[in-house]
Amino acid sequence: MNSVFDLIWVVIALPLAGFLFHAFFGKRVGKKADGTVGTAVVLGAFALSVYLLLELLRLPAEERQVVSTLWRWIEAGTFRVSFEALVDPLSLLMALIVTGVGGLIHLYSTGYMAEDEDYPRFFTYMNLFIVFMLTLVLSNNLLMMFVGWEGVGLCSYLLIGFWYRDKVNTDSANKAFIVNRIGDWGFMLAVILSFWTFGTLSFAGEENMFQKAIEMKQAGMLAPGVIAAIALLLFVGATGKSAQFPLYMWLPDAMAGPTPVSALIHAATMVTAGVVMVTRCHVFYELAPTAMLVVAVIGVFTAIFAATIAIAQTDIKRVLAYSTVSQLGYMFLGCGVGAFASGMFHVTTHAFFKALLFLGSGSVILAMHHEQDMRRMGGLAKYLPITYWTMLAGWLAIAGIPPLAGFFSKDEILASAFGTHALPVSMGQILWAVGLVTALLTAFYMTRLMGLTFWGEPRWATAHTAHHGKDDAHGHHGEPSESPPSMTIPLMILAVLSVVGGFVGGFAPLHIPNRFEAFLEPSAGLKVLGEEALGHLPVSIEWILVGASVAAAVLGIWFGWARYRAGLPENERELAGVRKVLYNQYYYDWLMVKGIGLWLGGKIAHWMWQFVDVRLIDGLVNGIAGFTGWTGNRLRRVQTGYVRNYAFTILIGAIVLLIWFLVRGASAGLTR
Amino acid sequence: MDAVPISWYLMLSAFMFAMGVTGVVIRRNPIVIFMCIELMLNAANLAFLAFARQQAQLGVQVAGQVFVILVMAVAAAEVAIGLGIIVAIYRLRDTINVDEMNLLKF
Repeated sequence: MNSVFDLIWVVIALPLAGFLFHAFFGKRVGKKADGTVGTAVVLGAFALSVYLLLELLRLPAEERQVVSTLWRWIEAGTFRVSFEALVDPLSLLMALIVTGVGGLIHLYSTGYMAEDEDYPRFFTYMNLFIVFMLTLVLSNNLLMMFVGWEGVGLCSYLLIGFWYRDKVNTDSANKAFIVNRIGDWGFMLAVILSFWTFGTLSFAGEENMFQKAIEMKQAGMLAPGVIAAIALLLFVGATGKSAQFPLYMWLPDAMAGPTPVSALIHAATMVTAGVVMVTRCHVFYELAPTAMLVVAVIGVFTAIFAATIAIAQTDIKRVLAYSTVSQLGYMFLGCGVGAFASGMFHVTTHAFFKALLFLGSGSVILAMHHEQDMRRMGGLAKYLPITYWTMLAGWLAIAGIPPLAGFFSKDEILASAFGTHALPVSMGQILWAVGLVTALLTAFYMTRLMGLTFWGEPRWATAHTAHHGKDDAHGHHGEPSESPPSMTIPLMILAVLSVVGGFVGGFAPLHIPNRFEAFLEPSAGLKVLGEEALGHLPVSIEWILVGASVAAAVLGIWFGWARYRAGLPENERELAGVRKVLYNQYYYDWLMVKGIGLWLGGKIAHWMWQFVDVRLIDGLVNGIAGFTGWTGNRLRRVQTGYVRNYAFTILIGAIVLLIWFLVRGASAGLTR
Repeated sequence: MDAVPISWYLMLSAFMFAMGVTGVVIRRNPIVIFMCIELMLNAANLAFLAFARQQAQLGVQVAGQVFVILVMAVAAAEVAIGLGIIVAIYRLRDTINVDEMNLLKF
């Protein structure tokens, strides 16, 4: 407890102090102080994280895992869990994203939420979210990670339902919470199973479960089923939090929350927790090839599945939400083929450009007086120049146009999938092909979003008059206006990051070393499979792959440009046919919620109530009580109230005892 | 010198005890029940003394006699309290027949 890395607790304590400040004094100090404190504590934590990163980089690579223990938390028998932080490249990277992007979003929120009466409450939740997110990414054991995991779930719930006066919003919050419970169930079982198998839950330090897993594997004491079960249960947790198929459907509904929340929680930080957790536990996945295959397949399936849905959405934020689901699928594809560092690289770049796109859409929504339907937008480029140009950067970045950030990370994942040796090679190539199609779709729907929002003729003139009145202070009647600087400055910073953020990743075809991967090596480097599992492609193939992904991006943009550069095509005014199916996400949500959730779940719940609760449990409880009562009724007849009877009973007892002693004494005498 | 063997004392003691027990169980008058209890206690005292005497002959302590005195003291106290209770019951219910004192039942 005396190294510089103990400052890591201050990183968590700062937003915690902010949370307490808002919770207790928020309403008294006024909006200005609230926003300032809320943003300052997060940016302060960011500055401290940068300092710690520099300190960490001064250590030799193999020592870049420092554990800082705060106190011993649970101690029962051999089970010990401490409240301790792990300072290593992975946790610091995430801390930087959470506090950096988070700080910008806080700054943005001071503008976006300026008119909201519940301003202090908003910053209370946002700061609390940062606290829990940092707990999640900095923890050194699965249990403390679970604390953060549940904490961010709570904040997500609170913020989705932030505008609680609309029942739709609270319903969405409930949906997010309930769907996540399914994932958390998997996580919890994985925690229990890990402790049962390894006797420890730590990630690093003297006794860590990964080391133990490898040792047990070498000693042949590790049943393959157990490690696969742990990996898959952890992945169930990840599918919930990171909105993967089949548990993705809460994320699009989560857009009911304020836009900064969508940007911070549902695009940049919390939803990537699943990827972080899988990367953190990558040793388990390396030991269980089946689990890796499942992760990769679910990832790529979610990627293309969500991308097709995104094509037909009309709500600007829902396009971005499905896009997030799709991009998270890419990250899991990276993890599933063994390229954990590439997955984290995409987490990083995605945090930049998706936060940017969400904040940009928030700026659009504010200018449009809370109109979110892209069919009633169009031609906004002229009115919102800063928003337009920054979103342009985000659009090209997510579409995968070189040399923007999204290109590098996406290409790296696709190349890793193509060349992986962690899975059967042909499998990797199928995954790559699906990923490539997804890249095309991504470029297409993002171009559609840009086209419908910013290009063509304005379609909002009529819509506006019908919708004005809610936030009139934001713009003059008739003409939407650019957002205040508190909102555009974060946009600009994120735009710059989206443009240049990819360069840290290096570029294999040109033999530029991947510094990002090298940096993450201590946390995300393969420990069981070995580096050769990633495969090494000849430069010629690398170039072909790069060409293919650029072609996919350009083709997607070209399709989108051809169709949407002039605004809304006639046949999209009303959705029909395939578009309607896609718009309704293949009716999956309807099937899961109305069908399986409400109908089948209702049946099961009814059966549980009627049979298990009423008959089994109530029967057991009442049965025991009935039996006791019945026996008592019989036995009470012994109580006559006549003292003589009692005395007589005692006499009989005494005689019986006497006989017993005599017989025993006699038999003892005989045996002696 | 002493011609009476210990078994005689013990038989007398057992007989007295059995008479006491019988009395307690079959009689209805608490005063008589009390006397029967006295009989049982004295049967026990007799056994104590018989044993104590034999032990004394073996050259051991005189604990038996002490116990007897203790039992007598306790019996006296018990009777004093018991008679008090009987008087109180009589005043309350105009009878001391134990068969009418069955309020302890369910």
